[in-house]
Amino acid sequence: MQTLSKIGRRVIPPLLGAGALTLLGASQAFAAATINKGDTAWMLMATALVVLMTYPGLALFYGGLVRSKNVLSVLMQVTTCFCMVAILWALFGYSLAFTNGSGALAPFIGGWSKAFLANVSPSTMAATFSKETYLPEYVYVIFQMTFACITPALIIGAFAERMKFSAVLLFLFIWFCFSYLPMAHMVWWWAGPDCYTLSAAAADLVKSCVGDTAAADFLKQLADAGTDKDKVAAVLSAYNDATSAGNGWLFNKGAIDFAGGSVVHINAGVAGLVCALMLGKRVGLNKEPMAPHNLVTTLLGTGLLFFGWFGFNAGSNLEANGGAAVAFLNTILGTCGAALAWSFGEFVTRKHASLLGAASGAVAGLVAITPACGFVGPMGAIVIGALAGIVCLTAVVWLKPIFGYDDALDVFGVHGIGGMLGAMLTGVFVNPNIGALSGQGIVNYLATDATSKTADFVLSAQLYSQFIDVLTAIVLSGVVSYIACLICKYTVGLRVDEQSEREGLDIAEHGERAFN
Amino acid sequence: MKYIIAIIKPFKLEEVREALSAIGVQGVTVTEVKGHGRQRGHTEFYRGAEYAVSFVPKVKIEVAVESSIVSKVVEAIQSAAKTGQIGDGKVFVLPLEEAYRVRTGESGSSAL
Repeated sequence: MQTLSKIGRRVIPPLLGAGALTLLGASQAFAAATINKGDTAWMLMATALVVLMTYPGLALFYGGLVRSKNVLSVLMQVTTCFCMVAILWALFGYSLAFTNGSGALAPFIGGWSKAFLANVSPSTMAATFSKETYLPEYVYVIFQMTFACITPALIIGAFAERMKFSAVLLFLFIWFCFSYLPMAHMVWWWAGPDCYTLSAAAADLVKSCVGDTAAADFLKQLADAGTDKDKVAAVLSAYNDATSAGNGWLFNKGAIDFAGGSVVHINAGVAGLVCALMLGKRVGLNKEPMAPHNLVTTLLGTGLLFFGWFGFNAGSNLEANGGAAVAFLNTILGTCGAALAWSFGEFVTRKHASLLGAASGAVAGLVAITPACGFVGPMGAIVIGALAGIVCLTAVVWLKPIFGYDDALDVFGVHGIGGMLGAMLTGVFVNPNIGALSGQGIVNYLATDATSKTADFVLSAQLYSQFIDVLTAIVLSGVVSYIACLICKYTVGLRVDEQSEREGLDIAEHGERAFN
Repeated sequence: MKYIIAIIKPFKLEEVREALSAIGVQGVTVTEVKGHGRQRGHTEFYRGAEYAVSFVPKVKIEVAVESSIVSKVVEAIQSAAKTGQIGDGKVFVLPLEEAYRVRTGESGSSAL
């Protein structure tokens, strides 16, 4: 049989990422579709690990970095954000991110068919990255829920120590609806690997992917093509276009983002920058000491983030197999490379390698390896990590003072810049033909049987796809964040008054103190 | 009676307490303080932020003693607190008008 990487003028979209599709109700199950209990067990564990990243990992990481009078406000913002988004995800978030949309907006946002988790049950299934292999859909719902919960929480670091609690919640609500959900849909929503199998043996599946009449038509064309390779290729190309029609816009552009470089990190980082610019600087910045109040807490948070990130990255493989192990290994190597690089950079320029630097470098490495972890090889991961450490250090220590924005906990410098770097380098090191630095390549699922193969790699095309991905995240998140800030400003107000800020948000906004 | 205030390096506190105890000084009040004399502070870096820490942690010792032993007390503090490095601290001697013991109402040197 035949697998094609390029058909006609069109490059087949790379078919990987944290996304997958639920297309099979129990009633219409493809005969060969199976749920593996090992995959299911792993994904339930991975989901719990991602919860740990936000809560308490991220909360402690941020909490230690603020002054002691504001630590509870940060912990409370992360707590409330997590709870709010988890509920929103079940109400409509999952549906808008991971179902087919309708009309002209279909490539950008999903529909309402699974609002309130309607049509989801213990017997419905979600696709993975292997043909004929599925997860229970509920597993996919909660795994993606944890991603949705952590992403808005990342932004909290940028406006820490000065934003009103009411404004925080309103901003995060708007941003989640209009920036996170469209990005998740555009990057991760696709038809699933089995929809790229055009075979009479899987006729029911073909019908469920393109509809009954189109399916009969494609299968007839395939039968007519016989063994003529060119004709088969033409039929497959047409079938690819039909089955890809409902996919996310960036997915069809060929952008690859394994665990959320653009959806999570660039998205949150740019929102952080816009918030920092809209809110203005903290009272007393550069005049009063604003040293972190407890770096031990910050390291504890870093450790929990690191630990939880294995669920985030290796879990994004959706199956318990070698691919998950590669993502796991790359996550360790990228993180360690970045922590060492940041420390080295500090030692050279400042004569001291600080713990805060190493912890910041570790997070920068985790961010940069996130889009790449399942695509690159171990040596590529080390290079990505090392570059992320140096580039993010430069952004945080030199770029921020030059532009003068007060991104309190460096959300843009670490997540924004680290995410952009990671997204672009993913397009470089996914290349399966660069010797020791070789990556895993991109899988092409289009075939007339259940096989899948590595697609041809074209560096310029891949970098262009990655660039569109990065640019889309920047523009979308930038515009949504700006409008959301304006809405907050003219309704509940963005900032606390100066007296409250001096007193600290713990007392002023929450009526309590951390240390008594 | 004299009131003696000494600012010393924190890690010298135990040695100074032993030296005072050895010459019969019974009551000592200790406070953790920050300050600077000729000793410069240091600079701390937190990512891009740089803070000059000009106030250095010190310990302030206060003792009230009879005038007759003031020189012994000052000498004991000086020798116990000395490292020879900048930042060893200061000793101040102030006149003390009166002293009372709360429990018994004694006054003067018997209250010390």
